[in-house]
This record gives sequence, structure tokens and C-alpha cells, in this order.
Amino acid sequence: MTTTRTGYKWVGTRPVRHDGLDKVTGRARFGADYATAGMLHGAVLRSPHPHARILSIDLTEAAAMPGVKAIITGADLPDLSDEFAAGSEGGINFRDLSRNILARDKVLYEGHPVAAVAAVTLRAAQQAAEVIEVEYEILPAVLSLEHAMEDDAPVLHDDLFTLGLDSEPDRPSNISRRRVIARGDLDAGWVEADVVVEREYTTKAVHQGYIEPHAVVAETGEDGRSTLWCSSQGHFAMRTYTTKVLGWEPGDMKVIPAEIGGGFGGKTTIYLEPLAALLSRRAGRAVKMVMTRSEVFRATGPTSGSVMRIKMGARRDGKLVAATAWMAYEAGAFPGSPIGPGVMTVLACYDIPNVLIEGYDVVLNKPKVAAYRAPGAPMAAFAAESVVDELAEKLDMDPIELRLRNAVTEGVRAVYGPKFRKIGFVETLEEARDHPHYAAPLGPWQGRGVASGFWFNFGGETTATVSINEDGTAVVMSGCPDIGGTRAALAQMAAEELGIDVHRIEPVVADTHSIGYNDMTGGSRVAFAVGIAVVDASRRLIKDMCARAALIWDVPAEEVEWVDGRAQSVTDAAAPLTLEELASGSANTGGPLSATVTVNPRGAGAGFSTQICDVEVDPDTGLVTVLRYTVVQDAGRAIHPDYVEGQMQGGAVQGIGWALNEEYIFDRNGVMENPGFLDYRMPVASDLPMIDTVIVEVPNPDHPYGVRGVGETGIIPPMAAVANAVYAATGKRMQDLPMSPVRVLEALSGD
Amino acid sequence: MLNGDEIDFLCNDYQTLLSALRDELGMIGTKEGCGTGDCGACSVILDGQLVCSCLVFAPEVDGRRVETIEGLAEVDHLHPLQDSFLEGAAFQCGVCTPGFLMAAKALLDRNPSPTETEVRYGVAGNLCRCTGYDKIVRSILDAAARMNEPENRKEAP
Ligand code: FES
Ligand code: FES
Repeated sequence: MTTTRTGYKWVGTRPVRHDGLDKVTGRARFGADYATAGMLHGAVLRSPHPHARILSIDLTEAAAMPGVKAIITGADLPDLSDEFAAGSEGGINFRDLSRNILARDKVLYEGHPVAAVAAVTLRAAQQAAEVIEVEYEILPAVLSLEHAMEDDAPVLHDDLFTLGLDSEPDRPSNISRRRVIARGDLDAGWVEADVVVEREYTTKAVHQGYIEPHAVVAETGEDGRSTLWCSSQGHFAMRTYTTKVLGWEPGDMKVIPAEIGGGFGGKTTIYLEPLAALLSRRAGRAVKMVMTRSEVFRATGPTSGSVMRIKMGARRDGKLVAATAWMAYEAGAFPGSPIGPGVMTVLACYDIPNVLIEGYDVVLNKPKVAAYRAPGAPMAAFAAESVVDELAEKLDMDPIELRLRNAVTEGVRAVYGPKFRKIGFVETLEEARDHPHYAAPLGPWQGRGVASGFWFNFGGETTATVSINEDGTAVVMSGCPDIGGTRAALAQMAAEELGIDVHRIEPVVADTHSIGYNDMTGGSRVAFAVGIAVVDASRRLIKDMCARAALIWDVPAEEVEWVDGRAQSVTDAAAPLTLEELASGSANTGGPLSATVTVNPRGAGAGFSTQICDVEVDPDTGLVTVLRYTVVQDAGRAIHPDYVEGQMQGGAVQGIGWALNEEYIFDRNGVMENPGFLDYRMPVASDLPMIDTVIVEVPNPDHPYGVRGVGETGIIPPMAAVANAVYAATGKRMQDLPMSPVRVLEALSGD
Repeated sequence: MLNGDEIDFLCNDYQTLLSALRDELGMIGTKEGCGTGDCGACSVILDGQLVCSCLVFAPEVDGRRVETIEGLAEVDHLHPLQDSFLEGAAFQCGVCTPGFLMAAKALLDRNPSPTETEVRYGVAGNLCRCTGYDKIVRSILDAAARMNEPENRKEAP
């Protein structure tokens, strides 16, 4: 399928979103907004130590507290063996997941859950949790990558042996896996290089920072069947994971999706769900659990801190000829950092013949990382795009020109394997180069940086249903939570196909018992994959409706076509039949009008973004202020440009926060020192300028309207763009994130 | 007085206004993002002043005027801020939206024609992780412009 029409009626327009009214009036129900009569409240007892053996847990006093109805510990969960969730790229091992939900014999980070209590009030549950007596044997903690990778470092898991080494390891270590990508002949490459830059970069763990804390209400009946209300990026996955951890049957659990108050990848896994479900079964009542912000910071998210060494060589004409990357990512307490996408994306923007990339997944005594927007790519791009900037300077070449000379294009084999299909990287570079921002004048202590980023995007398993009501309105149903306007985009695609007003379509996110399976809202997949299913279902309905008109008119089906929301006879045999007429008479032509389509599409269409950042550095305080920012990104086709721009702007600002302020800070004992928004400082409105956007549209040939995912790519370039701008302003290369005032001052005084 | 209505409710002395609104009165439009005064999701207007309802004890509001998101629209039409947030796509997930709308209302009540910078500082106590603030700031400026059109200008009370 390719796009042939250009004059769309709904695709590319900016209608008010369908769920908008509920959200501006306070009526939308998010995770914590559910309640049932007589429900209990749950609280979690968490480890105060980053690494300790649990010697004993005494529940006697807690169980005797007034109002306490149930208490569970790790011993109440089945002891699972290693098993990886389908499609999680080795990311989710149910055994580890279970041990992250409730510690079994060891606690592995400060905040690791040890027990959970349900009581008649939240206060009673919290007070009971406080009097649970846990005896710990404190173990030495590992808090940095360097320490974790040392030969004699304390080991978190005695059964963890490094995968992917050249020789079989004979003892356990904190390195769970080594990933290598190699091509070409490096020695020859270095010989050919006229300029070489080699640098080391570090980044700290940062949190997704969604404003809505994790929340769930679980109700488990006497028959063992349960219902969960929760906000997540995928209620089907919540059901699979929760029942797996509990040893229950997925079919016995219904998960009803709440509106989700931000996720950015962090709500693709479970934390409270199995606790609430099991407490509810034990107590025979519904149980509600909501995390505090401190719990969110200490025990969910974040993404990996990292150490990266990058070396790149170029010929005098700007051709990149060789590159190596050595990368280590923090996984947190259990294996599974995004080192995979890290090594695959780090050099993916460029066509470099000789490459060696080596990546390590490392466990240490910090919370287990969770997906965060383009997992693994932003820190890699910080390193690689900083080196590219330095090479451009050494070559005395414009940094966009250098990128253009090496940019991957259609047909080029990506460093991670496949050949690129149609992509728009060059177009983003050209748009950035020609943008007035790129040539605007700068003042003293001001500087401009550019950087680019690549993300795969994802398809995934999908079910969608389109049904026509008797009045000719339609319902578009999917099973993917709407995290940023996808309901509107799906309705627009259906409106375009059916030829009816977008507001005569109601897009719905259905629960696990109301629609077929859907993968999570993640990998920037919804407008792409669910879009394909919705368009396909709409086209099937149109075919069906044309056939019904043919039946009514008693003409061959080929003589009926669908134009502007009506069945029309090509021979003018009869007056057209509108959608309303066909719908109201459907009982006589074969029953209700409804079509369900399931797909698992490939060809999500790679996404590229190039961003321009201007900063001003205050030489007295080290404060970096972003003065102007432009995001250029290939969306393939923007179905609802407002929400495409919103993704680009939101991603860029998360990246700016990562660049300048955000970091997990641990004290010497491994206790997080800044588990709140006051000290974990995310950007606020007064920190920022407007974020300009340029949507590039190089249609994805594998989507009926050309859509590429847009959710993730925008967060990849900002850290390098800001760092390159700081360099231009100060002459200092910042190699460690965040570029907080203290660090910048240090760099400035380092002359 | 809650959104113009005289109401009574019972609560514990340790409960916050946020908790009283949500848990005792079922007014779930006001959100909790942190409970420590750092995110603004719980913003309400108390006697004309923008406050974080998570930092106000419920018994303190006895005899005072509280405005929440549920009271922002009129019976048959939205507040101009709500219209401009809808048309300007000023939210993605929407969990921060009630707080931003109340903060913006408090700002425009006090300063009907703010500059971009004044808007940015006016909502600096509110976190939004989805939008990067661009469309929020534009929508507040747009609402101010709408409210300042002569036919929309409300008579001073
Ligand atoms: S919940 Fe009150 S400021 Fe965050
Ligand atoms: S729209 Fe999601 S936090 Fe603001």
C-alpha cells in the first residue's frame, strides 16, 4: 500500500481530541481515581538497605494491629524459574520480575519491597508496615559501574554468569551480558583516517518523571477471578505479567485501563498490580494501592546510568572511515538494561565501513531500570554526536555538512544488520541547515549546537474493531492505552476512510475482555500499527457496505463504489445510500456493520531527528539557559500535527532536563538522596523557551498514510545538542551529564 | 464554600484538603503528583489565592472559599482557558491539566494580559512532563487574548 492521494479531509488536520473535554473538566479517571465501596488500602514495606540478606521477617505485631486484613511477603509468591516475556527482547525475566515485586532472600536496592499490607485505612496499612520486623544481614553495596565490573566486586546474584564472552566464565559476576557488533577492517580504517577523536562520556540514571504515580485497584472474587483497574501502557501485558508472577491464569483476570498520566516507557512493567491482587484475594475485599512520589523514584523506572568510550576517525573530505564504541549500562538490581538498543543505535545514523561496538549490561544495587523513551539511545547519541561535533571542528567543516556526507539513506545497510527502507534523515539535516535558526546571530557567552538521532520504531501485535451505530456514527476500538492523543489520530484515519466527520467517530480503549490482544503502547507503535488495523477494518466495512448496497439495488458488487461516506452506483442505477441509511437498514442486509482486524505489521519505518539548540552560559554561576530550540523530525505523515509536535517538544524537553539537571543522587550508603521533585529537578516552564518544530514528511511505504512512529526519536539528540552548544559558548567539552551549574563552573575554572 | 456551594464534610484532623476533596467528597479532578508541594497537580484556588491543596490541612478551609477544576466551566460553556487548552492541544496525558488550568486562572484573575515570561513564571509551580510547556504557554496567552476581546470582557465585580 502506498499513499497516492494527497488531498486528505481529516488526515493532517487538527481536530479537538475526543477525550479532551473530560481532561479539561477534571472528569477523566486516572489510575488513582478509581474506588469501590468497602475497599481496603495497601502499603508496602521497603528495604532501607541497598544490599542485604533477609534473615527473618516477623509479622506478629503487624498482623495484630487494628484494621489489618492481610499481609504478604516474598514467600507468598511462587518461586519462578527463568522465563522471558515474549517480545521483551530479553528485557523481562519473570523470575527477576517476581523478585523485584517482593524480595525473596535478598534485598538489592534501597526501596526494594519486602512486604505488603492491606488494612481498612491507608494509615492503618502504613502503620502496620512500619512494625513488621525484618532482620537483615547487611552486605557490601555496589553503586557504580566501575565498581560493579571489577573482578573482586561484591556479587549481587551468585547464579549470574556473563553471556556473550569469548570463553565460558567460571564464576558469577555483575556483568550479565556482552553485546558485540563488528564489521569491516578496523586497522585499515584507522590507517585511512586523517583525524581521530576519542573521548569518554558518563551519564547518570534519570527517571521518566510521569506526573501520575503508579496506582491500582484490585478485586479478587471467591472464585479466584479478579478485576484490576490500573493505568499502564498496556493492560494486556499487565494481565500477562501479573498472573505469571502470581501463578494464576490470564483468562481469570480482567484488566480495565484507566487514563494514563504519562508513562514514557516506565509503565510497561508491573509493580503494585500483583501485590494488590494477592492482598485482595487474601482479604476477600478490593484493595487499592497508590505509590508516593518517593516510592516512584526509589523503586520504579529509571533508565540506566552509563559509561561510554567512543573513537571515530574521518578522512580530510569528511568521510567517516572507522569507529569503535565501548559502552556499559546500569541495569539496576536485575539484568536487562537497554544496552541492546544502545549498541544498535550508537552509530546507526552514519554509514561507516569499519566498526566495533561492544556493550555491557551490568547489575548493581540500584532500582531495576525500566524502559524510557527510545531506551538506550539517548545516552549513546550524547557520546557519538559529541564526537561527531568535535570531528567537524577538527575538519573545519560545518557539523551538519559532515553529517550529510555520512548520513544513512535508503538501501544502506544499517550497522545493526538490515538495510534501511525509505528514510528521511537527509531531509531532517537539510531542513535544519536551511532553517533561519541555524543562521541567527549569537551574543557573548552564547553558543549553538546541533545533533541527530535515530530510532527503529515498532509494529507489534494489534487488534482493532470498527463498528457502525444505527445512526451512522462509528466506534473505533483498540486495546492500546492513549498516552498522548492516539485516539484522535485513529479516529481521523477512520474518518478519512469512511468519509464521515471525525466527531461522528468515538475512539475507545477497550479492556482485556472486550477486544483481542494488543501489545503495549510503546515503541512509538500506536499510530502506525493500530492505524494499519483501523484503516484495514474501515476498508473491510466499506466493502461490506458496498456489497449490501449492491444487494439492495440488485446490481453486481463491482458497480458500487464508496464516495464521501455514501455507497454510489457507478452506472447511476439508483440514488446513493448514506452510511446512516445502510446502518439503520442493516438488519435486512446481513446484520450489524462491524469489522475486526488483527495484524502484526513489520516496517514501522525508522525515525530520525535533527535538533538545533542555542544556549547562554553564565560564567559566574555556571548556569546554562536554553535560549532557542528547534526540533526537526521525520514523521512520515503527521495524522494530527498538534500531537506530533507535542511528541517532538515533550521529548526534546525531557532531553534538556537530562542534559542539564536530572540525576539520581545516592549517598555513600546507597540511599537515594533526591527522591522528590524538589531535588530531582525536572524542567519547568520558566526554564525554557518555545520549542520550535519542523515536521518532515517522508512517507513510510509500509503504512497506508505513510505514518512513522514519532513518540521516541525526539529525546535522542538533545543532550548532545546542548553539550555542543555549551562548547560553542565556552570552549569546554562537557563529557559528563548532567551539565549542572557546579560541573560547568568546574569546567570553566579548569584552565 | 466549594465552587460556590455551601458544603459540609467530615474529615480527620491530619487529612489534607487534597485528600478531603478526593477521598471524602469524590472530587477526583484535583490530582496528586507528589504530595509535597512540588508539582502543582493539586492546585486549587483558596480565597482567591493559588495553593497546593496537598499542603493545606482540610480543617483549615472551614468557612473559606475553595475553587477546583470542577467549578471552572459554566453550565453550558467552558471557561476560555478550557477552550484554548482544547483547541491548542495543551496536554497529552492530561493529568497535569486541572492544575495548570487552576494556576492559569489564578494568573489571569490577577494579571489579565500577561507576557510570555509572566505566563512561564505564573505556572512555574506546575510540572508537565509530556508537552515541554510550549502549547500550554501558547494556550494561556491565547485565552488571555480571548478574554480581553471587548465583547468577552467581564464587568468588574
Ligand atoms: S500533589 Fe500537591 S504539589 Fe504535587
Ligand atoms: S500532559 Fe502529561 S503531564 Fe502534562
